[in-house]
Amino acid sequence: MVNKRPCYCYLFPFGLGHSGVHNPLEAGQSPADLQQIGALAVNPLGDRIVDSFFPDGNHRVDFPGFVRVLAHFRPVDEEDPGMRDPKQPEPLNSRTNKLRFAFQLYDLDRDGKISRQEMLQVLRLMVGVQVTEEQLESIADRTVQEADEDGDGAVSFLEFTKSLEKMNIEQKMSIRVLK
Amino acid sequence: MLRAALPLLLLALSGAVAAEEPTQEPGALGEPSPGLALFRWQWHEVEAPYLVALWILVASLAKIVFHLSRKVTSLVPESCLLILLGLVLGGIVLAVAKKAEYQLEPGTFFLFLLPPIVLDSGYFMPSRLFFDNLGAILTYAVVGTLWNAFTTGAALWGLQQAGFVASRVQAGLLDFLLFGSLISAVDPVAVLAVFEEVHVNETLFIIVFGESLLNDAVTVVLYKVCNSFVEMGPANVQATDYLKGVASLFVVSLGGAAVGFVFAFLLALTTRFTKRVRIIEPLLVFLLAYAAYLTAEMASLSAILSVTMCGLGCKKYVEANISHKSRTAVKYTMKTLASCAETVIFMLLGISAVDSSKWAWDSGLVLGTLIFILFFRALGVVLQTWVLNQFRLVPLDKIDQVVMSYGGLRGAVAFALVILLDRTKVPAKDYFVATTIVVVFFTVIVQGLTIKPLVKWLKVKRSEHHKPTLNQELHEHTFDHILAAVEDVVGHHGYHYWRDRWEQFDKKYLSQLLMRRSAYRIRDQIWDVYYRLNIRDAISFVDQGGHVLSSTGLTLPSMPSRNSVAETSVTNLLRESGSGACLDLQVIDTVRSGRDREDAAMHHLLCGGLYKPRRRYKASCSRHFISEDAQERQDKEVFQQNMKRRLESFKSTKHNICFTKSKPRSHKAGRKKASQVFFLGPQKDGVANAEAINGKPPRDLGFQDTAAVILTVESEEEEEDSESSETEKEDDEGIIFVARATSEVLQEGKVSGSLELCPSPRVIPPSPTCAEKELPWKSGQGDLAVYVSSETTKIVPVDMQMGWNQSISSLESLASPPCTQPTTLTHLPPRHLVAEEPQTLLDLSSDPRPSFAFPPSLAKAGRSRSESSADIPQQQELQPLMGHKDNTHLSPGTATSHWCINFNRGGRL
Repeated sequence: MVNKRPCYCYLFPFGLGHSGVHNPLEAGQSPADLQQIGALAVNPLGDRIVDSFFPDGNHRVDFPGFVRVLAHFRPVDEEDPGMRDPKQPEPLNSRTNKLRFAFQLYDLDRDGKISRQEMLQVLRLMVGVQVTEEQLESIADRTVQEADEDGDGAVSFLEFTKSLEKMNIEQKMSIRVLK
Repeated sequence: MLRAALPLLLLALSGAVAAEEPTQEPGALGEPSPGLALFRWQWHEVEAPYLVALWILVASLAKIVFHLSRKVTSLVPESCLLILLGLVLGGIVLAVAKKAEYQLEPGTFFLFLLPPIVLDSGYFMPSRLFFDNLGAILTYAVVGTLWNAFTTGAALWGLQQAGFVASRVQAGLLDFLLFGSLISAVDPVAVLAVFEEVHVNETLFIIVFGESLLNDAVTVVLYKVCNSFVEMGPANVQATDYLKGVASLFVVSLGGAAVGFVFAFLLALTTRFTKRVRIIEPLLVFLLAYAAYLTAEMASLSAILSVTMCGLGCKKYVEANISHKSRTAVKYTMKTLASCAETVIFMLLGISAVDSSKWAWDSGLVLGTLIFILFFRALGVVLQTWVLNQFRLVPLDKIDQVVMSYGGLRGAVAFALVILLDRTKVPAKDYFVATTIVVVFFTVIVQGLTIKPLVKWLKVKRSEHHKPTLNQELHEHTFDHILAAVEDVVGHHGYHYWRDRWEQFDKKYLSQLLMRRSAYRIRDQIWDVYYRLNIRDAISFVDQGGHVLSSTGLTLPSMPSRNSVAETSVTNLLRESGSGACLDLQVIDTVRSGRDREDAAMHHLLCGGLYKPRRRYKASCSRHFISEDAQERQDKEVFQQNMKRRLESFKSTKHNICFTKSKPRSHKAGRKKASQVFFLGPQKDGVANAEAINGKPPRDLGFQDTAAVILTVESEEEEEDSESSETEKEDDEGIIFVARATSEVLQEGKVSGSLELCPSPRVIPPSPTCAEKELPWKSGQGDLAVYVSSETTKIVPVDMQMGWNQSISSLESLASPPCTQPTTLTHLPPRHLVAEEPQTLLDLSSDPRPSFAFPPSLAKAGRSRSESSADIPQQQELQPLMGHKDNTHLSPGTATSHWCINFNRGGRL
């Protein structure tokens, strides 16, 4: 779809990341292609992250779409005038958008809330096999309850943001090479 | 500590025997008598260890004295005070013995005093933070130290050439470089001592502190290389020697780290098999770490690096393998040893400085060194930071750089190294010693004193300590995975990629190899956080619960005699819920009738009496989760007791439920319904409303859930969970206990004997609500209304005042909204019970959630019962825990959960 040169020029102004081992654009742009990337298979959230490259149930992603997803992980540059200008639409790498990206990994049914079930699914992926299902459930319960402020038994995006307000998201959700 | 300290002081004091003449006199007196002595004074045999112990004792006492005044320690770092104390003590010793004694001997320092400090810092190093900043740390440690050493050395040499240093300081370029190498290293002991009190943000701290630990390798290499060059004589140094010097840098640093990792591996592996001999676990940790240190020292590798890496590497596995108690033991022993060593080091530093025979003063050299180390440190930091910031995600700003430059404290390592110099080879040693002492004192005292105000003045980001939450932990993991995945997709093998690789490797092989199977699970970080939160909650609950219980127990017996139930309940309420209780208090006082009081008293008496036998039950349950000692067993018992009682109460609740239904229906079904509807009205849920109107409030689910939880406890963890949850609930219950009981009594007296049918008196607290609360309404007496719900009053004391008034005025009308709430809560519809129980059971059996919900809030509630402000406490006190719980599962009866939610909201009104 897109020739890969500009992609890498854009992504790696320093000429760094051209490892060539896993080259997603060479491999193709369908979910299956991305899933072939070796390390993603062992990543507990690998599938979900791949899916997040394909919004709206598309099965292809073009280059702009690909870059748009990656843009979430650009470091926040405080001197960037775009960040400050209220008239501009919020940049993709703003704190809120970074959080929203993570939130969508939890919120599978896209109802704007992380339900207990959804939390449980994520936990099942992330927590080691040694933890029993009941324990997982109790963890999920507690996690939801911890963040749940309006008592609806689910975590809305607002509550999600709030539970992480002390965390330096700008730092934790950025990759330096994408600067 | 003694084990390590004895030989230490032995060394330190080897030359000092003569100094102790005054103490020795008694021994001298006793010796001449040849016959059987009744009393023998054997000072010499115990002298060395005795002195060691005495010194440590003096140091510890000094520490205590310093900390008597909060003001002093908040202004002056402890290290400064200790150095000053050392100066004073050294002066005294000098005056008494006419000779300086008890100095900081390099051998003692390196073999005994330094290892505990470094082990402590390595073991408790926040590893994630450390590796996140490893690049910066390594740069500052290697490049920075080299830069400092060479520039300082060269500049001093230049100073000498320029004639600012007196000519009696006989030193060439190599000597100055040697001096530069030992004076340039930032000292871990000093940095730790000062920065621990400053609380700058973690990144800044880890960079300065990590640098101070890792630069040891560079310092050692530089020092050794320069020293051997000096000893060889500058003329004999060949080009290959320089190359060897460079190569030795790698050998010493990588070799030291490798030794550390090997021992870390051994240590982790060993602790995997200590299940039967728990008692030696802490010992193993110390022995192997010390072995790592000594091995590295023996191979003249970087010992500090070695023991740091050993601590850093083994911690994860060791902590997982050893028992809970061993963990505590390791932690405390390590901290004790480190703090002892640190104290002794600073004190001995002070004492050593008094010995004027060792040093010779040269103002030019001293001043020059001071200026140069400050200047070049700052310059080096700025240059390196500029380079680093090109690569850092979060650049270090100017303020960080100032703190980093200013925080480059020199300490005992430099002093020990300079003492080690050979005077015959380094003729200027005495001058160097003096300069080093001044530099160390200047950095520790002046910079140590001023860094705190400086940090405040510059508004450096402080570290903010906040409790870990499950959400943060979970999401942090998510972020890590996301970043690793994105790096994969992008094809860039960056930090996240390698960290992810490492984690996979660790999970697959290392952890399997080094961790006990049983421990493996516990090391899952999310689980770990969850576990710790639970423990914390449980403890806070027990604390509170114990208090509540005892207070009830105490007050109960006295009631009948005093004939003033109101008072007792009031005191209880007061204790439990400050302001809210007061409101209640007045009301209660005015309302009470004599007969009520008697009934209440009787009831309480019964409660108290029946409560105690229950206690014995607990012993029969066994919980292995935490091994027991006295304290723990106590906790455990409270847990179990609470659980038992809960169970009991729930069962009884069910009974009550039946009652309640029948009662209200038969007596005033219509009214009740009306009130319920009213209550529900303001809430949003159509479903709930409908249900209520139908006269089948699903409320009871909550109770049942909880009961189910208890009943189905099976695995240990589960048990724990449910227990803690029990406690929490228990806690609430406890809070409400008296008041409720009272009202219950009242009801009993006035309405009917139906309640007496309840199987156990315990029933009353949790369940009585139905009867209690309704009764006042139904009876339509103003005074009773007050009692309606102690809960309500407590929960919404101020806010509900209006509601109260209304209700009192319109008691007959039944339409008082706030009071009805509790009533509705407790009504348990029969239908739901039957229909939904099995399902709920399944659902809830694993649902320990209530326990988590309330911990923080409970704690809060315990301390300051300003309920009007805090939503959560209110909720818990309303005892909607169960209802609350409902919400969380995607339960079969959604309506039910809605209901509960509504209830909560209503309560907050």
